[in-house]
Amino acid sequence: MSSHEHAADPDRGRIGMWLFICTEILLFGGLFLLYSVYRYKHPADFHAASLDLSRFAGTLNTIVLISSSLTAALAVHELREGRIARAKLLIGATLLCALAFLTVKGFEWGAKFEHGLYPNAPHLLSLPPGQILYFGLYFTMTGLHAVHVIVGMGVFGYGLREMSRGKVTLKNPILIENATLFWHLIDIIWIFLFPLFYLIS
Amino acid sequence: MGDTTHPAAAPYFAPHDGKGGILAWLTSTNHKRIGILYLALIGFFFSTAVVLGVLMRIQLQSPGMRLMDARTYNILFTMHGILQIFLVVIPGIPTIFGNFALPMLVGANDMAFPRLNLFSWYLFLSGAILAGVAVFTNGGAPDTGWTFYVPFSLKTSVNVPLATFAVFVLGMSSILTGINIVTTVHQLRAPGMTFFKMPLSVWGLYATAWVQILATPIVGITMLLIVVERLFGIGVFDPTKGGDPLLYQHLFWIYSHPAVYIMILPAMGIISDLFPVFSRKNIFGYKMIAFSSLAIASVGSLVWGHHMYVSGQSDTANIVFSLLTFLVAVPSAIKVFNWIATMYKGSIKLEPPFLFALTFVFLFSIGGLSGLFLGALAANVQLHDTYFVVAHFHYIIFGGFGFGIFAALHYWYPKMTGRMYSKRAAVIGWLVTFVGFNAFYFPMFIMGWQGMPRRYYAYLPKFAELQLLSSLGSYVMVAGLVVIIGNLLYNAKRGEKASANPWGGATLEWTLPSPPPLENWEEPPTVTKGPYDYSGLGEEK
Repeated sequence: MSSHEHAADPDRGRIGMWLFICTEILLFGGLFLLYSVYRYKHPADFHAASLDLSRFAGTLNTIVLISSSLTAALAVHELREGRIARAKLLIGATLLCALAFLTVKGFEWGAKFEHGLYPNAPHLLSLPPGQILYFGLYFTMTGLHAVHVIVGMGVFGYGLREMSRGKVTLKNPILIENATLFWHLIDIIWIFLFPLFYLIS
Repeated sequence: MGDTTHPAAAPYFAPHDGKGGILAWLTSTNHKRIGILYLALIGFFFSTAVVLGVLMRIQLQSPGMRLMDARTYNILFTMHGILQIFLVVIPGIPTIFGNFALPMLVGANDMAFPRLNLFSWYLFLSGAILAGVAVFTNGGAPDTGWTFYVPFSLKTSVNVPLATFAVFVLGMSSILTGINIVTTVHQLRAPGMTFFKMPLSVWGLYATAWVQILATPIVGITMLLIVVERLFGIGVFDPTKGGDPLLYQHLFWIYSHPAVYIMILPAMGIISDLFPVFSRKNIFGYKMIAFSSLAIASVGSLVWGHHMYVSGQSDTANIVFSLLTFLVAVPSAIKVFNWIATMYKGSIKLEPPFLFALTFVFLFSIGGLSGLFLGALAANVQLHDTYFVVAHFHYIIFGGFGFGIFAALHYWYPKMTGRMYSKRAAVIGWLVTFVGFNAFYFPMFIMGWQGMPRRYYAYLPKFAELQLLSSLGSYVMVAGLVVIIGNLLYNAKRGEKASANPWGGATLEWTLPSPPPLENWEEPPTVTKGPYDYSGLGEEK
C-alpha cells in the first residue's frame, strides 16, 4: 500500500526528506556551537593547531566532494529525462568520488595518528588546552561527517539496485531525488568544515 | 461528515488476510496497530518505573530506613528518571495517540509513512533494550541522574556510554515520529478539513512534532559526545583538558527543556478536545488555543537557561532566561482560561475522561504556578535542587501528562477495544489516585521550601512527618493506579460492547464503528462542520 501511495504523491517523500535534513543540520549545529565557543576562547591555539592539517588534502577533498554532488545532480536530471542507464553511470561516478574522499580522509587521519595528534595521545596532552580541544572537535566532526558519507553511499548503492530492478523510474524517482538531497547536505556540511578547520588564520 | 465505512468490516485487531498472531502485529504498518504496540511497551515501562518510585518512597519513609545504600538509591532515581522521561513521557502521547488517533482525527487511512512508522517502533524497542542492557553490564546501572551531567558522568565507573547511546537511539525514533506527524497533517487531511477545522488535539500533536524535529537532534549529538568522550577522551566537556562542563548543560537543556513541552503540549491538545465534548459546547477561543500551542513550542525553546541559574552563568543570561520563562506562562494561562470558559453555561457531564481532564487542569495549574517561583531568580537560589523542584515537575508531568494520558485512554478506550470499561471502577480509581497524588507530592513543596535537597537517600529528623505522609500518599496513589489500569485491562475483552459514538463526539473518529476496521475509510470523508459542532448529534445509548 505504502509504495503505491509514494508513487502517487512524491511531495510527501520530499517533505519528509526536508524535515530530516533540518534535523541533520541541528545535529551538526550542536558541534558547530561547541566549535564557536572554543575557538572564541582559544583563537591562537586553534590557529596553531590548524597548521598541522594538510591544506592540499583538504582542498583536494573539497573538489572531489563538490564533483560528486554535481554527478549526483546530473543523475537526477538524467533520471527525469528517462535515461536510466546514464543516471546509473553518474551515480557510479558519485560513489567513486565518495570512495576517493574517504581514502584521502583516511590518509589524513593516519598522518595525524603518526604525529601523536589523536585524543588522549601523550603528545597531544602536552599541548595547550585549545589545541587538545581543536583536535577533539576535528576528529569528532570529520568523523561524524565521514559516517554520513558512508551512509550516503549505502543509500546510493541501494538506489542503484532499485534502478536495476525497475523500481526507480521516470515516474517514481523519489528515492534517488532524496538520496541526492541528502548528498548535497553532506557536501554543504563539508563546505563549512573545510574553512573552519583548514583555513584558520 | 458522511459515514462511508463498510458496516461489516472486521475490527482492526482481528486477523487480516488470514494472518493473525503476534507476528502479524509485529510486521503491521497499520497506524492503529502500531499505536497499540507502543501502548503495550509504554505501559510496561510505566509500571516498572512506578515500582522503582515506590522502592524509593519506602527507603524515605523514615529517616533511619536502611532498605538500600546510597548508591542503590542513586541508581533507582536515575533509572526511574530515564524510564519515565525517555521511555514513557516523551514518547507517550505522540506515539500512542499520534498513531492510533491522529489519522482518524484528520480523516486519513494511515500515517504519511507507514513503514517508517513501524521502523520508529523498532528503534524505540532497540533503545529500550539497550537501556536495559546498560543496567546489567559493564559496571552496572547509571547513577548519574537522568541528566547525565558532566564531569561526574565522565568519571563514574558505571555504564554511562551505553545508556546515553540508548537515549540517542530513542531520540532518532522520536524524530521519525515527529516527521511522520508533520507530513501527515500537511498532506493527508480529508477534503474540507482546513487547518482551522482540525481538532485541537491535532494542533497539539502538530506543535509537539515540530519540537521533536527541531530539538531532539541537539540532545542526540550531546549524548553522542558523552559516548565519544568516554571512549576516546576528546576533551570537549572535560575540564582537565580545557573543556567546559557548562557547555554540556547548555546543550543538554537546549533539548531537554523543550522536551517538557513535548510532554505537555499533546496532553493539552487532547484536553482541549475533551472539554467541548463533555460540556456539549463549542470550544471557547479555538484559534487562541491553537496558536498558544505554537507559542509555547517556540518560546519554550528559549528558556533552557532557567535550569542553570546557580551554575555561574552571567547575570544578563539569568535575567533574560527568567523573563522568557515568565512569558511561557502567558500562553499556558490562555489555555487554562479557555478551558474554564468552555465549561461556562455548558451541559456538563462528569464522565470518567472528563474527571481526568478536570484534574489535569487543577494539578497543572498548581504545577505551573509553582514554576513561577522557580523561574524567579531570587527564589530559585533557595529552591534550586530541593524537593520543591521535584514537586513542581511531578505536578506538571504526572498531574499534567499522566492525568492527560489517562483522560485520553478513557476517552478513546471504546475506539481502541470496542468495549467500555466499568465507569464506577474508573471513578474510584481516579479518586484514589487523585487523593494519593496530592498527599504524595504536596508535602514536597513544603519540604523543599524548608530546604530538603532532592536525590538524598536519607534526611534530617525534622522532615520525618512530611516524608512519612509523602510515602503513605505514594502507596495510596499506586493503589489507585492499580484500580485504573486493572479496570482498563480487565474490560478490554470482557467489557460491555461500546457504540460507535459513546460520548457524542463530533470529531471524525466517532463516525467510524468501534472498533474501526483496518482501513478506516473506503472513501475519504468530506468535512463540512467544525470539530466541536454538536448540532444534530445526540448521545447514543
